[in-house]
Formats: sequence, C-alpha cells, structure tokens
Amino acid sequence: MLLEMRDITKSFPGVRALDGVTFDLGEGEIHALVGENGAGKSTLMKTLGGVYPFPQYGGEIRINGETQQFRGVRDAESAGIAVVFQELSLVKDLNVGENIFLGREPRRFGVVRWDELYRRAKELLDDLHLPIDPRTPVRNLGIGQQQLVEIAKALSHRARILVLDEPTAALTETEVETLVRILSELRGRGIGMIYISHKLEEVFRLSQRVTVLRDGRTVGTYPTQELTQARVISLMVGREVSDIFPKPEHTLGEPVFEARNVTVEDPNVPGKLLVDNVTFNVKRGEILGIAGLMGAGRSELLTAIFGAHTGKVSGQLFIEGERVRITSPAEAIEHGIGYVTEDRKRYGLVLEQTILNNMTLASLPKVSGRFVTDRDAEAAVGVRSAADLRIKARNVFTIAGTLSGGNQQKVVLAKWLLTKPRVLFLDEPTRGIDIGAKQEIYAQINRLAKEGLAIVLVSSELPEVLGLSDRVLVLHEGRAMGEFTRTEATPEAVMSCATGHAQQKERSH
Amino acid sequence: MSRPPNEPDVSRPPVTADVAPPQVQNKRLKDRAAELRAYTMLFALVAIWLYFHYSTGGVFLSARNFSNLMLQTAVTGVLAVGMLMVIVAGQIDLSVGSMVGLTGGISAVVLTWLGWGLVPSLAAAILIGLMIGALQGALVAYANIPAFIVTLGGLLAWRGVILGISKGQTIPISQQLYRSIGQCFVAPYAGWVLAGLAVALVAWLALARNRARARYGLETSSAASLTLMIVIPSAAILVFVYVLNSYAGVPIPVMILLVVALAGWFITQNTTFGRYLYAIGGNPDAARLSGISLRKHILSVFCLMGALAGVASIIYTARVASASPDAGNLLELDAIAACVIGGTSLMGGRGTVYGACLGALIMASLDNGMSLKSVEPYVQSIIKGAVLVAAVGFDMLGRRRS
Repeated sequence: MLLEMRDITKSFPGVRALDGVTFDLGEGEIHALVGENGAGKSTLMKTLGGVYPFPQYGGEIRINGETQQFRGVRDAESAGIAVVFQELSLVKDLNVGENIFLGREPRRFGVVRWDELYRRAKELLDDLHLPIDPRTPVRNLGIGQQQLVEIAKALSHRARILVLDEPTAALTETEVETLVRILSELRGRGIGMIYISHKLEEVFRLSQRVTVLRDGRTVGTYPTQELTQARVISLMVGREVSDIFPKPEHTLGEPVFEARNVTVEDPNVPGKLLVDNVTFNVKRGEILGIAGLMGAGRSELLTAIFGAHTGKVSGQLFIEGERVRITSPAEAIEHGIGYVTEDRKRYGLVLEQTILNNMTLASLPKVSGRFVTDRDAEAAVGVRSAADLRIKARNVFTIAGTLSGGNQQKVVLAKWLLTKPRVLFLDEPTRGIDIGAKQEIYAQINRLAKEGLAIVLVSSELPEVLGLSDRVLVLHEGRAMGEFTRTEATPEAVMSCATGHAQQKERSH
Repeated sequence: MSRPPNEPDVSRPPVTADVAPPQVQNKRLKDRAAELRAYTMLFALVAIWLYFHYSTGGVFLSARNFSNLMLQTAVTGVLAVGMLMVIVAGQIDLSVGSMVGLTGGISAVVLTWLGWGLVPSLAAAILIGLMIGALQGALVAYANIPAFIVTLGGLLAWRGVILGISKGQTIPISQQLYRSIGQCFVAPYAGWVLAGLAVALVAWLALARNRARARYGLETSSAASLTLMIVIPSAAILVFVYVLNSYAGVPIPVMILLVVALAGWFITQNTTFGRYLYAIGGNPDAARLSGISLRKHILSVFCLMGALAGVASIIYTARVASASPDAGNLLELDAIAACVIGGTSLMGGRGTVYGACLGALIMASLDNGMSLKSVEPYVQSIIKGAVLVAAVGFDMLGRRRS
C-alpha cells in the first residue's frame, strides 16, 4: 500500500474530531473520502499533510510500509504528500511560475535563475496540457485555473500522494472536464489521490473506492461499483433523519418577513452576481431552510438583507407586510431582524470580553440604558438568558473565548434573542460543535419557532436543514433553484437541485 | 477605583446547576492569572517606590517629592487616559505631543498676544484640540486611512503649524491666574473636604450597588466584604490627601488628572460608548454586525483625545509659565508607553484607565527617582526603554503560560 493510516485520533478542546479512523490508498488509485461537514475529512487530511504535527494526534501513518512522524508540512511534502486545500494557498500578487516554486526557486550563488524557473514551470504546465503562461499574475486567473496551478505546484514537489479537498466546488463545467482528464492521467503515472467532495456524481465517476466518515469515525471503505448514491448518503447520515431531529408541529401564522427580487453584487468583481433575483418569505412560527453548495450565495443573501454587505444590493424587503429599507445592521435590528452569523469567532463574538458583554452587545441601550449602562440590570438579564439557553459556564462574567464551541454559539444566539427579533437568521448555527451541543441548539431552534419566531436557517449540513425546516429553499449559483415542503424535501431531491438540476422537483411529485 | 473590565465586580451566581466541564475549570485558573496581572503593575510600582525611597535616604517618598511626583504624572496621565480609549478602540494617535505644542501655543497666543483673557485662552486650547481630533478621526473613520498614517502626518504637520504661528518664539504667560492652574495647590482644608466627599461617594456607591443587586435578585456582598470595599479605597484617599496636605495641599494639575481619570473610568466602564469601544477594538466585524456604528465611535474617540490633549497642554503651559514651540515633544510616546505598561493591548479591545494611570505613574516615578539619584540622562533613557519592553514581555509571558 502506498499509504496506510491506522487508528488516527485527534481532539480539539471540547470536541473529538477523529476517533480511530483507518484509511488506505494504493498506487494509481483515486480514493474518495466522503462525509457530512464536520465528519472529520479535513481534519484527517490536515493530519496527513503535517498541519497537525506528530505528537498532536494518535495512531500511525505509514507510507510504503514505513512509519512516518511528520513534524510539519515540510516533512509531509518531502515524503511525497501534496494537499490542495479548499482555500487556495497561492500568493495572488505573484505570478504562476513564482508561485509554483515559492521557497524552492532554482538558484545559483543565491541568485534566482528566472529563465530556469519559468522553463521548468512551463514544462510542468505543458505536462498537464494547461495553456497557461507561467508569467501570468495569479490574480488574473479564474478560480478554476488557480486550482489547476495548485495541482501543478503539488506535482512539482514530485508528489506521490495528492489530496484534493473539494476541488470542483468553484469550477465551471469545462474546468471540471479538464480536471477529470488530468486526474486520470495522473492515475496512469501511479500517483495515488484522495478525493474529497460533496458532489457524489463526481465521486462515482472518478473513484475506485469510497471511504465514508461520520462523527469522526470510519463507517467503512467500499469499492465504488458496489455502491449507489442513495447508499452513500444513508451511510453518511447514518441515522434516520427523524432520530436526531424532533419533529414538533409548528403552527404557521402570517408571513412576518418577505424579501423580493434580492440581487447582490460581488464587491470585488463589478457585474458579478452573488445572489440573482431571489424571492422568499417566512411565516410566524416557521423554519425556512436555505440549502445550497458552497458559493451558492446563501450567506451573501442574508448578509445583504441585514444591511451588512459591502457591494451593491437591490430588492424589496417587507416586515409584516410593510415595506422597509435597510442600509445598516443597526436598521435591521431596529426592524426586528436578528442575525446569528456564520463563523462565531470571526463575526459573532468579542472573544476577550465576558459572556455578559457579548450577550448584550446588540441590545445594550434596551437592556442596560441609552447612554449610561446599568450593570446590575444587565447582569440580571444575562443570568436569566444564560439559564434559558443552558449555557455552561461558571458565571456570566466568564470570558467568551474560553468557552467550548457549543456554548459560544449559545452566547451568540442569546445576543440576538435579547434584541427581541421578529425574524431570526441562523447561518451555520452548529458548525464545528459536537453532536450533543448540536442537539441542544436544535431544541432551542424548535422552541423558538414554537414560540412564534420566524426563522431562516442556512446550513451546509443537509440533514440539519431537512430535519429542522418546514420548507426548504434551494440556491444554486445565486439563483433560487427550487422550493420544497417538508415532505418533498428528500436528501436526494434537494442535493440534486443544489447541484443545478431544477427538474428533480417534478420527479418527486 | 477602576477595575479591569474582565474582572467580575459582582460576586458569582452560578449560571446553571450543571457541573462545570473540565475546560471551564481550567478557565478558573486563567481568570486568576488575569486578576493577578492587574495587580502585578501595582506591586512593581510599590517596589520601585521602596527602592528609590531607601536608596535616596528617604527623600523619594517625602511629602515634598511625592507632591512633585504627582505633578509630573499629571500631563502624561491626562494624555494616557485619552490614549487608552483610542488604543482600546483599535486605533493609535501619534500626534498628541504635537497637539499639546500647538494647542498650548495657541492658548498662549490668545492670552498674551491677543489679550483676550483667561476663558477664551483655555477654550481655544480645548476647542482646537477637539477640532484637530475631529479632522484626524474623520480621515480615519470616513476616508479609511489608517490611524497610524493620519496621526503620523499630524505629528509632523501640527508641529509645523505652531512653529509658523509662534515664528519659533517662546510665548511667556504672565497672567497669575493662568499660571495658578499649573502651580497652585488646593488649600489643605478644601482638600480634606473633597476627601470627605470622595469617601462618602465611595460608601454610597458600594451600598447603592448592593441594593440594586438585591433588587435584581443577584447575589449580594457580605457585610464584611462590603466593609472592605468601602474601607480600602477610603483609606487610600485619606492617606493620599494627608501626604499631599503635609506639604502644600493637592496640586491643581493632580486634581485635574483625578477628574479626567474618574471621567475616563466612568466612560469606559459605565457607558454604552465605552462598551462599544472595547467591542470595536476587540472584534470590529462582530461590533459592526451587532449594529454598532464604527465610524461614529472612532470619530468620537479621536475628538475626545484631541480635547484631552488641549487640557494637557493647559496644565503644561501653566506649569512652565510659557509656551515654547517644541513643548510636548515625544509626549505621545510617553502616553502610549503608559498605556502599554498598564496592560493595554495595542491590538485593541483590552486595557483600563486604572492601568493607564498606573503606567503613567510608573514612568513618572522612574523619571523622578533617577533624577533624584542624579542618574545621567542617557542612562535614564535606556532604563525607561528597557522597562517598557520588559513590562510587555512579562505580560506576554504571563499570558502565554495561562
């Protein structure tokens, strides 16, 4: 075997990300690694790539039968492992050739031999039949071409094992074809590839074997031809959706919030639409799920409505039937919109501040006083709200940054509930938190809907969207591709709609 | 009087009945470390004082020198309070030294050259400071030019402006009333009256606070800890006034610093404005998404800094009884150093007025003590630099370990 990973375990504070994962890879094989978000795929690949160096994980990594203990990314590279991460690691201000040989430029007496560098870069690109001039600034390349340059860079390390993390998430159809062609060629040269993707079609088209991860454990490794897409999905999800998601009957009321023809432009690329003419509404007591792949424009849609998008936004918003204009988050809050943003550490919390200060940040004038704060009134509100949401901490004066992910998420939720919203946007509310904390958050979401709050839920975890939502809106490349009721919304139907097949809904009728 | 924002000032009601998970218990140690850090600098100050006291044969802590030391702290202290708020909001102001020179110079021009009298002269200093702050703040907040660049430009430009206005001359202040701002003392009996009022205020605040906590159903302090909360600050106030009174009374500049520090403490700890400054400096994205206007608050904090530079320039000008065009040179660095020694993070989001004042006092103590011991100026400079770096290094070390 080219690569064997045995009993790999890796823990983060509060979460066990990998729990005895076993994985192997043969020469000239494409081995797909699939699982829900948070199943541990990226963590496993970071362990392999030396991002988490040797003593930080448990278990054994062997290459060609030899045990390896990588101290860092360099070690992994010299052992022939190249990882093309989802977030590209090219330096945008340098050109293609400079990027490929970054840190390993051919030199003579310490002086870079530019002719040699560009000649070798050209060879590599030609080898992959990529019509790219090595002197092109990376900034001028499309995201797909950048991905291909990353692969060229990986090969320049003479990689024997190539890890591709969601390589096609941002690619156009033709770019996907180029990628597929290159991958089969690399197979012919005996390079082993680990292919991580949510797009099961590609998994089935490319891979010889599939390994399914779930909650940090290996569910199993199967030859691809013995599987069907439906089987893979059920292995990924692992449990009947209804098991983890209580299905309380929500009594739906009048529409509370409506957005019509929302169009959002990319602030960096004028003319490029991130959201294209999307219309939706949400009723009292309803949970509207918004599903879609990465880059489908889900977060951008919510951010724009909330008045926090920096680019151009158009469309009309209605709250309880009345037209409102929102140009800043402060106005959105005033109109009764709450927004639990994605990435709590980056957008949600002031990590150095106390739980209490974070909780009251968006509602300070209301709970504490317009100009002068009343810290005791505030503390009283905070203590009540911490108890309501079952936040586990010594007290409300604990620093937010020291809490576990689940409790941090509850603090962000509490912050928005204190603004007394009429409609609450939840963007990836359970990312990166463990299953127990997830279930608690689900219970809270259901409780809030039951109390009559209108909720819009964005999540990359399909089971979460399907399990919680009364209705599911599916976005694909910024456009509304379909809308499903709870009964219509099967994983297969929604997934296929999210990948751009609008006709699926008719079939499900 | 003030306390770091992270340190709970309220006793600790359990949030839920759940047993704290392990990471929460580790946290308890972290909390302790944070509390300890707040006192480390106080210990350092006491150590510095004792060292100088014994090595100068009891001169350093004599009533006369103590009065001097407090006077020396006043200008830097006032600037440090403003700088603290600027830095907490994630900004920096390098122009305060030049602003002190410019506003002090204008104040002297208005008084001595134009002969408009005391009030217009003082108002001019503060208003010009405010306007400069507004201009710089607007460039940072609305034109998105980094504060470092805007105020570096200010450092050069405002010094140029005062050189131009004064034609390079030192303008004397002959009016006794103006001079008294820098040179007079609060009469001892008045000092005792103020001390009495301060003690009453401390007691009233502590009791009112406890009643409020009872009203909201939060845990109240025990009688013993309540007594301590009143007795310790009261004792400090009384000793402070006693020592100063045994020389000539509380110097007016020190009174001004106390008022500014108290106001700064109130703003940072007890107003929505202050809370937003910490949020903006700690995580601008989260602050913006919570509906806080970054621009408005950044503009305001620069205005406040400008006005305080005006106040500091008045004290400075009055004390030396003249305005020279190079007055206030390098004061911005003293103010920044005071904040940093007092535990303020230059990344924003962390720091207290209490710490900044303590930092200013440490800097002034080093200056004063080394001068008493006739340490050569070049050595003084080296030692101050080393103390600044060591204080931050020590802080980082403590942080990493916790």
